[in-house]
Amino acid sequence: MSRLLSGFDSLLRGIGHRLVDQFWRLGSAARFFAYTLIYSGESLRRPNLVIREIYFTGVLSLIIIIVSAFFVGMVLGLQGYNTLQKYGSSEAIGVLVALSLVRELGPVVTALLFAGRAGTAITAQIGLMKATEQLSAMEMMAVSPIARVVAPRFWAGVISMPLLASLFSMIGILGGYLVAVPIIGVDGGAFWSQMQASVDFREDVMNGFIKSCVFGVACAMIALFEGYDAPPTADGVSRATTRTVVNSSLAVLGLDFVMTSFMIS
Amino acid sequence: MTDNIVEIDNLSFGYGGRMLHKGINMSFPRGKVVAIMGGSGSGKTTLLRLIGGQLKPVDGEVRVDGTVVHEQGRRELQKLRRKMGMLFQMGALFTDLSVYENVAFPMREHTSLPESMIRDLVMMKLNAVGLRGARDLMPTELSGGMARRVALARAVALDPAIIMYDEPFAGLDPISMGVICNLIRRLNDALGATSIVVTHDVREAFSFVDYVYFVADGMVAAEGTPDELSKSTLPFVHQFVHGEVDGPVPFHYPAPDYRGDMLRGHDV
Repeated sequence: MSRLLSGFDSLLRGIGHRLVDQFWRLGSAARFFAYTLIYSGESLRRPNLVIREIYFTGVLSLIIIIVSAFFVGMVLGLQGYNTLQKYGSSEAIGVLVALSLVRELGPVVTALLFAGRAGTAITAQIGLMKATEQLSAMEMMAVSPIARVVAPRFWAGVISMPLLASLFSMIGILGGYLVAVPIIGVDGGAFWSQMQASVDFREDVMNGFIKSCVFGVACAMIALFEGYDAPPTADGVSRATTRTVVNSSLAVLGLDFVMTSFMIS
Repeated sequence: MTDNIVEIDNLSFGYGGRMLHKGINMSFPRGKVVAIMGGSGSGKTTLLRLIGGQLKPVDGEVRVDGTVVHEQGRRELQKLRRKMGMLFQMGALFTDLSVYENVAFPMREHTSLPESMIRDLVMMKLNAVGLRGARDLMPTELSGGMARRVALARAVALDPAIIMYDEPFAGLDPISMGVICNLIRRLNDALGATSIVVTHDVREAFSFVDYVYFVADGMVAAEGTPDELSKSTLPFVHQFVHGEVDGPVPFHYPAPDYRGDMLRGHDV
């Protein structure tokens, strides 16, 4: 009996401990975010730093974004045609492809790919910079690591994400077109004109753009914080990298639901 | 102006209730090379971080050039740090920048010198450590000793008044060690700086430093010139200087009785 009680006791204590730990982390993440914004002025005054990071996070993610978008668009074309033709409205395939990409798949899949491709790279890089005392060295040289290392990467992520998401939607639509029009034989004029008539710039395109901006902030911040907060060991950095992918993905999907419900209502 | 550029006064520091330093007093006179020695884990590196203001003391204070370090705000601390250069144990070179850019980094961050002047200064610093020819290499292409020398060039890039060295000899071959000893002394005298060298390499340190502090159990266990300490009869200093396995610093981590431990079997 007493064994059971003590087991229950340690279970409760474990849960409490974890909860308190998570709150602490949340607090330090919020503080880290605030510092990043405060120090942003310094790094934005040196656009070269941000441009260099846009190259690493944005430009180097282009291949994976383009290839994935192309395949996602082609699959949408196939699946959409398959269902729509049952109702005799296969010309609406253009609308289906465009709306699913612009509203949802573009921003969300781009953010998930971004977290996997660029987010992990950022976390690992900053975690290793910390482990090899590069951040300490910078601090001792009277250079703030947040201004010099964190803020440029943050803004690079925030700028890259909407651009990548737009590109994703565009290439996806091309992929859908390729499957629907030349291969399946849907009428090209109907494909484009229905799309043009049904996709609203403010309701669909702008909302998708806003989503991708928010995802950019979330993914960049999570990747940077996990790297900065990682214990300076091989094990610590590897766990932090995993957490970046898991937390970014969950954050993106959760935020997507919240934003969609506001945008639709 | 006092004669001591750095003064540590009754300093106590610890993590989570475990005290690492219990009332340390040290002073570092201008122009001298002073070594802080002690066993691994005796808090020597932490002392450097306290001097640099990266950690705050629990009690007591560190004064750099008369200014109490932990009382300074962010801007004042940055100003104070510009007087310091620090060589980290593994060099801590920025791995995404070339040797040249690493040395140029502090100049680019803190000065608005034209590129031609930065180039001249970087070449001078690299020449002083004998690595002018390695300027285009990346840090991953350097040996341990070379990386340490580049880091040294970077640490003295802005001609600091205080240069701190964290285990500058760790993991180096004898030739590289000799080179680093020589460089520390030469740079210190050429720049008119003050050097603080944290190390546990007795032979190397005694060959070029002016004064030595021994840290043990969170306190200054002994101090003096290398000559005085070589002749010291204090048991701890004797054990350390002569590298004896057992003595006041025991070989065994505190453990229960050996025989009892073995007989208990698996029931731990």
